Amino acid sequence: MRREPPQRLRDYAPIAWSGTMLGVFFLIPFATMIAVSFFHRDPGAFYTPGFELANYQRFLTAFFAGILGFSLFLAILVAVLAVAIAFPFVWSLVRLPRRAQVGWLIAILSVLSLSEVIIGFAWSTLFSRTAGLTNLLVLIGLLDHPIALTPGFGAVLAAMVYQALPYTVLVLYPALARLDPALTEAARTMGANPVQAFLTVVVPTCRNTIVATLVIVFVFALGSYLLPQILGRPRQWTLSVIITDQAIYQSNMPFAAAMAVFLVVVTLAMVGLAARLGRREGAQ
Amino acid sequence: MIGRLWRLCVGVFLALPLIVVAGVSINQQQSLTFPPRGLSLHWYAQIFTDPGWRTALLNSLWLATAAATLAVAIALPLAWFLWRRVAPWARLVELLGVAPFILPPVITALGFLSFWSITGLYGQLWTAAISHGIFFTTLPLVTLTLGFSAIDRSLAEAAATMGADDRQVFRTIVLPLITPYLISGFAFVFVLSLNEYIVSYMTVGFVMETLPIKIFNALRYGYTPTMASVSVLFVAIAAIIFGLAAWFGNLPRLLGAPEEGKH
Repeated sequence: MRREPPQRLRDYAPIAWSGTMLGVFFLIPFATMIAVSFFHRDPGAFYTPGFELANYQRFLTAFFAGILGFSLFLAILVAVLAVAIAFPFVWSLVRLPRRAQVGWLIAILSVLSLSEVIIGFAWSTLFSRTAGLTNLLVLIGLLDHPIALTPGFGAVLAAMVYQALPYTVLVLYPALARLDPALTEAARTMGANPVQAFLTVVVPTCRNTIVATLVIVFVFALGSYLLPQILGRPRQWTLSVIITDQAIYQSNMPFAAAMAVFLVVVTLAMVGLAARLGRREGAQ
Repeated sequence: MIGRLWRLCVGVFLALPLIVVAGVSINQQQSLTFPPRGLSLHWYAQIFTDPGWRTALLNSLWLATAAATLAVAIALPLAWFLWRRVAPWARLVELLGVAPFILPPVITALGFLSFWSITGLYGQLWTAAISHGIFFTTLPLVTLTLGFSAIDRSLAEAAATMGADDRQVFRTIVLPLITPYLISGFAFVFVLSLNEYIVSYMTVGFVMETLPIKIFNALRYGYTPTMASVSVLFVAIAAIIFGLAAWFGNLPRLLGAPEEGKH
């Protein structure tokens, strides 16, 4: 059936319904949040309507700059680690028979869908003194007595990479599954070993995919809202954690909304930057 | 060889926290120890016998079903319109359907919190269902768009030539062909909604406990083994549902791999 422009009014019915739902329940809430970010905080109620920039002025402190810097640093680190682990993994996955791929994909999807609450709980157990990894080290004689590995930066990082890894795999999967399997054959016949062929042929070919994936995973990691809170110390709290904390526990909706608007701007700026980099690279 | 070793390491990394959680979930005593001391399935029974956990389980199942139904109900007409009509502006609506999933979840959650509190509906249980339905519309939209792109247009063309109107074409040709994609889109939303914390917490967290909310609240006051058994139950549910999706559909294709043998 050919695609035609909508002619009669009833041709618009399907998109009118979907568009209305998304407009009323996504666009308007989003706009509401932006409006609230200019409201005045009322300690008694949530807020009183108004227009002030006070909530945004609070960004201009060293304390807030520190949180923002740490959030960006952590998200970049998570993205780099997740892509570094996932890329070779997916490359080896797509060359398995389809049956074996399906098994892995089910496992990856199951971990991907895990609640951040459950991931946080699982890693706090794995890093705990009584049930954790260090008991294993005691068992083989590397440690005298088990220790707790949480709270700490390492625990936050490990859990966030764990959370981002399945997502990274699924972002890379379509791109690598479409790559020509003969890609490395030339290098192999010229005498390169598999690792050399991978590093000198596959990785450079996929440079654009890798950059795009880094950005997507970076944005995903920026959104982690519970893991730094469950597994870290307050100084490891990220922007997403602080937003949740301000909105729920401090009941300061206007400030939380202002930070959320700021987070959107940072996110869009990063995505835009990456798109531009990708285009420039593609033009060369 | 190296590839296999790498896969093994990734597999161990992904499985390790879950193995420990499964281990502590069968402890005899209410203590966080691994390897487990004594063996008991008591903490699994607790999910269904303890009123608090059972209510949270039922809340989660209700919310996931409602959210998945709504997400599919929004995504299906949109995907159909995008396939059937030439309308460049419709891409904007498509973008709206994808945006909630790309933005950090805290932002969508905070948007819902401000919206429901300003409209005076904050705390109503159904607001959580709408919020989740919108939040997860992206998933069926992506699977359905893929499903529509796989439909041979000449089939629908033939039916139209024989005099079928849009509604008949949709019912007799399109719907049977996209049903697998419809079901997997539903399944994805169901599983993710079951696990979702921040949006449900910011919309109905003060009046209703879903399982993730219950686990987090319990976590703040210390450890109970039931949270371990619930976690294992969740992994099992996800694995079963995605396993079924793979059984009835083509999972690699659904996740973006080309048809087998084509490159």
